[in-house]
Amino acid sequence: MRLLDRVGQATTNFFEYAGGLTILSAETVGFMARMRIRVGETISQCALLGVQSLVIVTLTSLFTGAVISLESAQSAVAYGFENLVGGAVAYGSVRELGPMLTAVVVAGRVGAAIAAELGSMVVTEQIEALRSMGLEPARFLVVPRLVALLLMLPLLTIFADVVSILGGMYIAQAYAHIAYDSFISSVRQSIDMSDVFKGLLKSFVFAVIIVMVGAYQGLSTRGGAAGVGRSTTFAVVLAIILIFVSNFFLSFLLFGGQ
Amino acid sequence: MNQNTRKVIASIDNATLAFGDKVVLKNLSFEVVEGAITCVIGLSGAGKSTILRLLDGLLLPSEGHVYVRGEDICHMNEEQLNRVRQKISLSFQFSALLDSLTVGENVALPLREHTRLSEAEIRKTVLDALDSVGLAHTYDSLPNELSGGMLKRAGFARAIVTRPDLVLYDEPTTGLDPIVTNLITDTILKLREKLRGTAVVISHDLPSIFAMADYIAMLFEGAIIACDTAESIRSSTNPIVQQFLQGSEVGPIPI
Repeated sequence: MRLLDRVGQATTNFFEYAGGLTILSAETVGFMARMRIRVGETISQCALLGVQSLVIVTLTSLFTGAVISLESAQSAVAYGFENLVGGAVAYGSVRELGPMLTAVVVAGRVGAAIAAELGSMVVTEQIEALRSMGLEPARFLVVPRLVALLLMLPLLTIFADVVSILGGMYIAQAYAHIAYDSFISSVRQSIDMSDVFKGLLKSFVFAVIIVMVGAYQGLSTRGGAAGVGRSTTFAVVLAIILIFVSNFFLSFLLFGGQ
Repeated sequence: MNQNTRKVIASIDNATLAFGDKVVLKNLSFEVVEGAITCVIGLSGAGKSTILRLLDGLLLPSEGHVYVRGEDICHMNEEQLNRVRQKISLSFQFSALLDSLTVGENVALPLREHTRLSEAEIRKTVLDALDSVGLAHTYDSLPNELSGGMLKRAGFARAIVTRPDLVLYDEPTTGLDPIVTNLITDTILKLREKLRGTAVVISHDLPSIFAMADYIAMLFEGAIIACDTAESIRSSTNPIVQQFLQGSEVGPIPI
């Protein structure tokens, strides 16, 4: 019976969470569809969520490109396939690692920030104060963050793609003496613009996951400072899991057997 | 409460509210008389602040009704409730100013969101509201630069800036020294004069309550057990009311 109770409770909790997340997402999309967007706040959030993530995205993508190049260049040269190294780096970066690693890094930084900020606002009654003034927290707080990340995450992803390829190109040249021309030519042959657009499509989905999970977790915070800590941790963990899972299905849908 | 010809602006009718297994309010009825200051007293954790949240539609009773200007707000959707909330202001115990905004921006928020006033008009109205609580000089300050008493008064300024019909004050004097307590009490009275409005005040501070209250309601075990004019409550024969007013450990209130 105890096992059945636990299963029942876990099922209830799952549907309660999924339902709450869906309702908040629907409210947020509803406000966006009616163009009830606070432009000034959205611009501030673009700087806060996007521009300030630039350094960490640069570092992670640079070394990701570098390590793909490092792993593939030596073997490629040994077997005479050095003209494929650029393609390997670009293929991995633009289709998979660029969108996904950027999203994971941003989830760690931005998802945590959103959950912590909104959670703190809950425990200090600021959310209740907004509601008491007749202001909807979804419109006032969630919409600017979602719009900002929908704009900034694709830009960060393109930036990460470029930096990753540059990192790979430098290592290929320094480590395996593959010429820049040969590397760039390989990049051009292996990917086209449709790969870039499909990668960007992924980043839109990841932006929604990061903001909505962070916001919902923050707004459902209970229990003071400890509750804020729990919400922040859970928001990051859940967002990263959802990014990995959705990345698989998106890759399956977008790239199929290619 | 003595009805006479007094007009009721908001009321709670036979409301029951529970959080999980804990019943906070049980068949509670309460009326807010227009133009008067009604103070709610009661033990800590008795559910006084819950009454304010019911009147503002932030909480809905599991049973019973809440009426504002004759309309039952329990059946309203969030959009309708938001319209009602624009006529009722809640001043929070810890002020609940948005800490990312300056004091001026906090007070301007309801004006920016709900009116079509120009920026110049908003600034003038905000400065007027801040001036009425003695805080015009804090317009550009952040909330974390203000003392506890100043924060409360800044919260008052935000609550009255739209000139609401009803202002709800949640423990406005809790945790303040006697001088600031007097200042807050005077401010509430001054604001009532300025707005010619109605207020409900939750407080434990009896001198402050008797200085400002037209009516006093005593909440005990989830229900209003006495509600009358301040003088009638002072001379009430109800042993629970008397024990509370005297602060005695001996009496029917279980410690």
